[in-house]
Amino acid sequence: MSEKIVTLTDATFDEHVKAADVPVLVDFWAEWCGPCKMISPVLEEIAEEQAGKIQIAKLNVDDSLDVSRRYDVMSIPTLILFKDGEPQTKIIGAKPKGALLEELSTYL
Amino acid sequence: MPERRKVVIIGSGPAGLTAALYAARAQLEPLVLEGEPSSTSDQPGGQLMLTTDVENYPGFVDGIMGPELMGIMRAQAARFDAELRTAKATRIDVAPWPFEVWAGDPQADEPTVLADTLIIATGARSLMLGVPNEERLLGYGVSTCATCDGFFFRGHDIGVVGGGDSAMEEALFLTRFASKVVVVHRRDELRASKIMQERAQANPKIEFRWNSVVTDVLGDTKVSGVRLRDTVDGSESELAISGLFVAIGHEPNSSLLKGQIELEDNGYVKTFGGTTRTSVDGVFACGDVQDDYYRQAVTAAGSGCMAAIDAERWLEERGE
Repeated sequence: MSEKIVTLTDATFDEHVKAADVPVLVDFWAEWCGPCKMISPVLEEIAEEQAGKIQIAKLNVDDSLDVSRRYDVMSIPTLILFKDGEPQTKIIGAKPKGALLEELSTYL
Repeated sequence: MPERRKVVIIGSGPAGLTAALYAARAQLEPLVLEGEPSSTSDQPGGQLMLTTDVENYPGFVDGIMGPELMGIMRAQAARFDAELRTAKATRIDVAPWPFEVWAGDPQADEPTVLADTLIIATGARSLMLGVPNEERLLGYGVSTCATCDGFFFRGHDIGVVGGGDSAMEEALFLTRFASKVVVVHRRDELRASKIMQERAQANPKIEFRWNSVVTDVLGDTKVSGVRLRDTVDGSESELAISGLFVAIGHEPNSSLLKGQIELEDNGYVKTFGGTTRTSVDGVFACGDVQDDYYRQAVTAAGSGCMAAIDAERWLEERGE
């Protein structure tokens, strides 16, 4: 995994997304989810290419169900972009890199 | 000039990856356009990426999860140097030879790759219900992937629409999480295999709603239920559920092929003489895109092997 990607849990989530100085794109994922695995390399690339503009974080729903529930995550992969701790945009389902970058373009 | 390959394979489910494995071992250096990430249709790995336990793929005594099986197949093809490119074929032209294939922008002047032989393994996709509010609530209780999303419905009631093997598999899988799974089926008997029917009917968490079709999905910000119509007396009712999983059948991913090779009336690719040959010499088709009858992972893999062998012999005959 790229060194630029952060792992979050129920315990660390709030503090991290509030304190971050760039928007944080949180990847809600789990080991048993095929489409989550598909977008993993795409997120690695985005983390490297957009470093300094956006941070990629991963949150395992299996371990951190509280945060997942709070943001009504009912399907994975779900990506939620947080700015100053507040959710800005939600992307549900695996998508190609181009489509993801387009949905995030306002924040890049 | 675009690069030229002996074998280009479109699709990376069991059919495409088995074709890749055989073509790679025959030293034809195949290029696989495996598709792009998606949760609904033609993603790399194909339909098995969205399924749960695969119990009938030979070689796995205890069964295996769909995504894991596809990971193994991909690694096996890669081991023999098949090139797997995460890109979606967006246009083909099989009038000239070598055949022309575009990945990415279909309007680009030049094709991405030229193919001496082309193996079509684009598979099929699950049909959605096509009722109001289904799309709006996708990801908010309506799911296309039981493996991915079943977890979020722990302790809730779930509906599964369909009466075939896929529907029974999903219903049984979802009993791990749900307090109750209601199978909604438009007829009064199942189409599923005997073993799956018996298992579903023996499961205390599974109920059946016979002769019923879903006419609407209910819920403001997330699914709260569905509206049902009785197919016998036409009466309407509501069923309270928090999750809805649909397994009512498939349609082939063949829009790329329209006007290029012959399709059956139902959109599946026509193949000839018990081989994988299509109406265009040098273009072969395998897996679910040409099979509306068996549609199994193992039959797809088998026909992928056939397509690679057909392509190899075709090249040999032409001294390529």
